Amino acid sequence: MERIPILKMGEFLLVTIQVDMHDRLAMALQDDLTNSIVKNLSRGVLIDISSVEIVDSFIGRMLSNIAAMSRILDAKTVVVGMQPSVAITLVDLGLSLPGVRTALNVERGMALLRDSIGRQEIGDADSND
Amino acid sequence: MPTPTIRTMVVREADEVALVRHAVRDWAVHLGFGLVDQTKMVTAASELARNMVIYGGGGTVYFDSPECDGRSGLRLTFDDHGPGIADIERAMKDGYTSGNGLGLGLGGAKRLSNEFEIFSKPGEGTRISITRWKR
Repeated sequence: MERIPILKMGEFLLVTIQVDMHDRLAMALQDDLTNSIVKNLSRGVLIDISSVEIVDSFIGRMLSNIAAMSRILDAKTVVVGMQPSVAITLVDLGLSLPGVRTALNVERGMALLRDSIGRQEIGDADSND
Repeated sequence: MPTPTIRTMVVREADEVALVRHAVRDWAVHLGFGLVDQTKMVTAASELARNMVIYGGGGTVYFDSPECDGRSGLRLTFDDHGPGIADIERAMKDGYTSGNGLGLGLGGAKRLSNEFEIFSKPGEGTRISITRWKR
C-alpha cells in the first residue's frame, strides 16, 4: 500500500504531504508517525502541508489526532506551510485545529520546536535542583 | 480548458471521496473560479461526499453549471438512498453528529457555498444541492 514517507532529522521527524490524502492514507500516517516517534525517541514532529490543496474535517481531525498522540508520547507537533486559501476555507468550515501548533514554513516550525523543547529542558533541570 | 466530461459520479467508499474532490476541482477551474472559491467548493464537496458514504451507504454526485444573470456557477448534488435525516435542523448544527465525525459537514458545506438545499425523508434518503457562483 502507498504510504507517506517520514524523514528523521536528528530528534525531529519531518513529514511532507505531497499527495491528495485519501482516507486510508491518512489513517496509515497516524499509525506510522506514532510508531516512528517511539522508535526514534523523537521530540518533535513537523508536518509540511504546503502542497496540500484542501483540508476538510477528516484531514483536520487527523492533524489534531497526530498532535494529541505525539503530545502523549512527549513529542510536539507543528503543522507548517498552510496555503492561504486552505486557511480561509478552514475558518468557514468551522475547524480551528484544536491543539495543533502552526508555523508559516519549515524553518520557523523547526525554530518553534527547538524553542519549546529547549524551554522544557530548562524547566526539567530547574525542577531537579 | 475543455468542459469536464464527468457529470455524474457514483461514490461507495471513503477512498473515492478523493476522486470527487478531483472532479470538483476540474469543474471549478474550467468555470474560471478563483483559488479560494475552488478550495471552498472542493472542501464542501469532500464533506458532503464523505457524509454520503458514512451515513447514506454511498450515493451519486451530479455536476451542473447553471447560469444566472450572466454569471456561471457550479452546482453539485449529492443523492443517497440511505436512512435519511430525521431532524434536519439538528443535523445542520455544528458539533452534532450521529456517527463519529466532528459534526461540521452540513453546516460547514452550507457556509462554504452560496446556495444550499436539503431534502431528506427518513427511510428514503437524502439529497443535498450546493451552488457557488463565480465572482
